[in-house]
Amino acid sequence: MADLKISIAGMEFKNPVTTASGCFGYGEEFRDFYDLGLLGGIFVKAVTGSNRNGNKYPRMAETPSGMLNSVGLQNKGVDHFCEVIYPGLKDLNTQIIVNVSGSTIEEYVKVAERINELEGIPAIELNISCPNVKEGGMAFGVVPSTATEVTRAVRDVYKKVLMVKLSPNVTSISEMAKAVVDGGADVLTLINTLLGMAINAETQKPVISTITGGLSGPAIKPVALRMVWQVFKAVDVPIVGLGGIMNATDAIEFMLAGASVIQVGTANLIDPMVAPKIVKGINEYLDRHNIPSARDIIGALKVC
Amino acid sequence: MKKFAHDFQVVGNTRLNTRHFILELKAAVPLPEILPGQFVQVLVHNSPSTFLRRPFSIHFVDYSTNTLRLLVQVKGEGTRHMGMLAPGDTLNLVYPLGNSFSVPATHKVLLVGGGAGVAPLMFMGDYLNKKNIRPDFLVGFRSADEVSQIDEYSKFGKVYLSTDDGSMGEKGFVTQHSVFKQSPLPYDRIYCCGPDAMMHAVSKLAAEKGVACEVSLENFMACGYGVCLCCITQTDKGNERVCIEGPVFDAARLKWQSNG
Repeated sequence: MADLKISIAGMEFKNPVTTASGCFGYGEEFRDFYDLGLLGGIFVKAVTGSNRNGNKYPRMAETPSGMLNSVGLQNKGVDHFCEVIYPGLKDLNTQIIVNVSGSTIEEYVKVAERINELEGIPAIELNISCPNVKEGGMAFGVVPSTATEVTRAVRDVYKKVLMVKLSPNVTSISEMAKAVVDGGADVLTLINTLLGMAINAETQKPVISTITGGLSGPAIKPVALRMVWQVFKAVDVPIVGLGGIMNATDAIEFMLAGASVIQVGTANLIDPMVAPKIVKGINEYLDRHNIPSARDIIGALKVC
Repeated sequence: MKKFAHDFQVVGNTRLNTRHFILELKAAVPLPEILPGQFVQVLVHNSPSTFLRRPFSIHFVDYSTNTLRLLVQVKGEGTRHMGMLAPGDTLNLVYPLGNSFSVPATHKVLLVGGGAGVAPLMFMGDYLNKKNIRPDFLVGFRSADEVSQIDEYSKFGKVYLSTDDGSMGEKGFVTQHSVFKQSPLPYDRIYCCGPDAMMHAVSKLAAEKGVACEVSLENFMACGYGVCLCCITQTDKGNERVCIEGPVFDAARLKWQSNG
């Protein structure tokens, strides 16, 4: 049995496998399938300053080896999160990280301040990369100066571990990574979805209501791996890697590219048992290669 | 209700006509309680164009043989692949999902279905019979060559039939059937499943005639168990998930505009 523990920014993960925001709800729906304590951590669904209804139906299109979504940050707001959702999360035997989003810097700051007060929530993941909202979201994550600005504003009020989730819809991911590290990010999460589009040729209409949406699934894995590798070389902060991870082999590839922790996203929508299977698979891989610890493969890509 | 993800063995694949077939699936473990209106998410196979699971209403449950049946309409690559499954093949299901039709406090019940939307009505008919209720069925198909299983429905209640082209039963949509021309309608409750336009039309008729109506929606969905928030419909409570708060809704609570 290999040692699966990973420590980043002072946080201890019992294994490198966590679930991605927006693909796991608040964990509740998965309790039928397995003990959530088997996970390294859970990144819960995005929380905004107030209630959001999200976008109109249809919000989803199946695309080759992936899916396009445009949910639009539907959630009941930070008050509801603190009062109703948080009590059910705080005692789970896994790391709980809250994904924080907003339309303005003030909204990000307001939500971060509220989450800062919650015991048992060691980190937030700042979502400056959602492609499905008209204001804010990805707009903050595609220009380095605004990314620095929103990160710094949240850093000023948020005293625990600050993770920032990067958008792949940029010219230079390394430049964006440096910008948010300058703003005070402790950890970088990458990648969010790629901006995409699906068309129904028969009806000659877009498939989803917002015309464009966020592409996820194995279709984006090569892009995500490339970006994790580039960011790993560009900055010194730990990386949480995601983008099309469906199995343990995918997860190991992300770790070799430089991710310390990985997130399972879209795969949760297809196989509700996938995350613990990946934990088991990583352990088997390490044993098979006589590698004593999961830490040993982080960024261990052999480049001639 | 607790959900499961299990491999089922295909024990039957019966072709009804050129577009529809019935898969009979046997569970390796005793089936949990399943209610009429609930659905399963089927993992088709690992091809780039069938990435997500496909949702299907549960057509029938037989606890004595530990099997359930799905009525499938061939629409794309996923359903074509399912049509080629043979006894001995396995299929992974996440089940039982969603809510269910309510149990009526009346014996005067009409079950309305159109096309592959008739799927949950067979199970509902059997379920109601076990509660000593014999419902009437009103089922609509495109044409005579797609009419099937009328003898099966007849075991559970009286069957009225319509076809779009009039080749069997009354001509026209189910909403044009003489059953709906009665005034007052001899029913206290209508349960409906079929294309959106049909369910909307039936729910309007039911409202006009003062009869409570439940519809089973079939929105596009990714997960089927409540986490992706893709299958939402607008109701009097805002956006609700068809896969968790539905698929069955009181028709009077729906806004309909979100479903086209």
